[in-house]
Amino acid sequence: MTRLAARVRRVALVAVPLGFFGLFFAYPVGSILARGLAPGGHVDLGPVGRVLTDASLRGIAWFTVWQAALSTLLTVLIALPGAYVVSRFRFPGRGLVRAAIVIPFVLPTVVVGSAFLALGFRPSLGAIVVAHVFFNYAVVVRIVGGFWSHLDPQQDDAARVLGASRLRAFRTVVLPALRPALLGAAAIVFLFTFTSFGVILILGGPTRSTLETEIYRQTAELLNLRTAAALSVVQVTAVAAVLVVVGRAEGRHRVALRLRSARDTARRARTGLERLFVGTNLVVMAALLGAPLVVLLARSFATTGGPGFGFYDALGHLHANSVLFVPPVDAIRNSLVFAGEATVIAVGIGGLAAVAVARGRRGRFLDGALALPLGVSAVTVGFGFLIALDKAPLDLRTSSLLIPIAQGTVAVPFVVRTIVPVLRSIDPRLREAAMTLGASPARVWREVDGPIVARAGLVAAGFAFAISLGEFGATVFLARPNTQTLPVVIFRLLGQPGELNFGAAMAASTILMALTGAAVLLIDRVRVARVF
Amino acid sequence: MLAVDDLTVRFGDTVAVDRVTLHVGDGEVVGVLGPSGSGKSTLLRAIAGLETPAGGRVSRDGTDLQGLAPHQRELGLMFQDHQLFPHRDVLGNTIFGLRMRQVPRRDAEARARAVLELVGLAGFEHRSVDELSGGEQQRVALARALAPEPRLLMLDEPLGSLDRRLRERLLDELRDLFTRLHLSVLFVTHDHDEAFALAERVAVMHAGRLEQTGAPREVWSHPATAFVARFVGWNLTTALGDEMVAVRPDALHLAPEGPLVGRVVGQSFRRDHQRLRVALDHNGDVLDVTVPHDALLPDVGEVVRLTADPGGVRTLPPERPDAG
Repeated sequence: MTRLAARVRRVALVAVPLGFFGLFFAYPVGSILARGLAPGGHVDLGPVGRVLTDASLRGIAWFTVWQAALSTLLTVLIALPGAYVVSRFRFPGRGLVRAAIVIPFVLPTVVVGSAFLALGFRPSLGAIVVAHVFFNYAVVVRIVGGFWSHLDPQQDDAARVLGASRLRAFRTVVLPALRPALLGAAAIVFLFTFTSFGVILILGGPTRSTLETEIYRQTAELLNLRTAAALSVVQVTAVAAVLVVVGRAEGRHRVALRLRSARDTARRARTGLERLFVGTNLVVMAALLGAPLVVLLARSFATTGGPGFGFYDALGHLHANSVLFVPPVDAIRNSLVFAGEATVIAVGIGGLAAVAVARGRRGRFLDGALALPLGVSAVTVGFGFLIALDKAPLDLRTSSLLIPIAQGTVAVPFVVRTIVPVLRSIDPRLREAAMTLGASPARVWREVDGPIVARAGLVAAGFAFAISLGEFGATVFLARPNTQTLPVVIFRLLGQPGELNFGAAMAASTILMALTGAAVLLIDRVRVARVF
Repeated sequence: MLAVDDLTVRFGDTVAVDRVTLHVGDGEVVGVLGPSGSGKSTLLRAIAGLETPAGGRVSRDGTDLQGLAPHQRELGLMFQDHQLFPHRDVLGNTIFGLRMRQVPRRDAEARARAVLELVGLAGFEHRSVDELSGGEQQRVALARALAPEPRLLMLDEPLGSLDRRLRERLLDELRDLFTRLHLSVLFVTHDHDEAFALAERVAVMHAGRLEQTGAPREVWSHPATAFVARFVGWNLTTALGDEMVAVRPDALHLAPEGPLVGRVVGQSFRRDHQRLRVALDHNGDVLDVTVPHDALLPDVGEVVRLTADPGGVRTLPPERPDAG
């Protein structure tokens, strides 16, 4: 391989993902910002100002903030003991519990919404918050628990031996060490609940909106694009501010820690009190995470004439209904095809980006750029596609790839975040060992990096598929009558009166839950090679 | 075989390897001995082509290796922490170098199996490298480096991470293997016992430079510099005359009429001998003194007198001013 070819390859590694992102993220989102900040070509902060002074819109912004804050606080409080139990105690079925608590997180928001309706929740603030806790429980347990299991329990013991009570040892030794992970997890939960869409739309009812749902309402119902754009500006600014503040705080609290392998930090519960604690937490997990899904399943079979497949049958012929132009069965096919295409796009672009991030000098910049979509709501992305990609040469309005591209864009950051740590954890000396054994640079890549990354890529593909399958915020903007996906159909069905529509929504949610669950279970079967 | 001439490696302003000249003859086993940070691993990496030298020359059988990439040098390097490929089994690791050299599959496999047998791992072919013990991993690393029959085998701290008993056993095995296969070997270690036991010739490295090169016996009995003397365990003192001299611990004896007076500050039992630490009244120098394992030791705080065998005392050139 010549130097030129190597150079071309290196540039392409950065240019391809960056180009994709420029085109399908920066350009659409930028168009919205431009429309909100500079309508008609010159900067005019009028619409943004109006948004900030309008009493009802200010109320919406305020509600957005505090429902997110409340949801975050509750999630952390409820999940922290769970994180402790999962990371520090050994009990039968621990592996299963760890895998199972992730399922709610990858479930489509629409399914979560329907599950809580099935559970008997009326649209209310309480329903929103409980659904948010359900949805984000795994985020806190996985991030904080993952970190916790690497903390040396002997630190704790040292404090106790020095005379600290159990609580005091936790407060003075464990909590400060956990703070970066805790802050990071809380920030992610806050962002997710701040930009939450499906849950609010379904469980908020007509009277409660957040910035996210209001952007959708202003666009899709009131056709008021300027107000929507101004709202997007406010939302993006708020998200960026949160990211900056948290980034600073995380940096300040980061301490050098002696980390241990997770294998030897867990132990059996010894005293009766400990067993009670572990047991209580497991019951909470089962009730909080399991009940909604079980009830959803039950409701999908509970037809008026007794248990049966009536609602599932209805999915095949409900298209006579005016809101659904195609039978819901077609939506299943659409969902699978789009999610498949989106997975190919996300893994292709995300894989290249991950290699560039892990290897290149400009990796840090690319890493930051690719994290942006995590903070920008899917609704904004979908809305951006709508207003930016409608002109030649980029008129994609009628392209069948429009939805897969949008879903892929949303999934790329997850792919990058799955593959980069694996790439980074490959010891450079492992590559050197291959070199001294006679492997050329290209061969080193094929023999060492390739096989290790391939498994991470498979896991990333599973995630991308699950995320695309349940993607709602962007898809709801872009779906045309014949390209509706399952989440969109479920949302439309829930908006219709009648037992049959509700039951059909439950049936469709169950199918979507099963498809997502299958993808997640497949991921769990693939073991990522231990490379450290 | 291998000739390193005037080799210098810099990292920014630090000189990690400083004009090192070292030759390894055909079938010769050479050990580079030095404390951590002395530049010995960097020396190996530069020879392997993993670091770019700032000056000097590395050649193999008269061929300049400058400009050859690591994979073209046909040198074997065993890393300190093995660096086994986690996604390949024992055989997959061992056969790797043969595959890179386009050896036909059947021959490569036969050769890899033979090497595994040589290092005592017959039957381990399809085990995952993750489930091996430290000693077994070390053997796989050795087999992997040996399989392609490199012109020169280089080992970075070959026994570094192993426990003592295993080290002693593998030490003997390695030495047998080197002679049996008539290998040219260059290894680095921080442990002088390991270097002396394994090498035919030892090069002591300090702050990037070679301080002394010679047979183990010669380096131990005639240390060329104060650093070498201290590193291999000699005492340095000015109490025997005007200038700094080195004294071997086993050349000092407890004697009621001895000329050196001091106070015992420490004692320890070392299996085949005992060791006293004595602080001299004259100038406070603390000397290590070897005492037979069955001798009755004076208590800490007791005043003792010492004599020194003239054969165990060496006058040394002054230390390099920049050597720290």
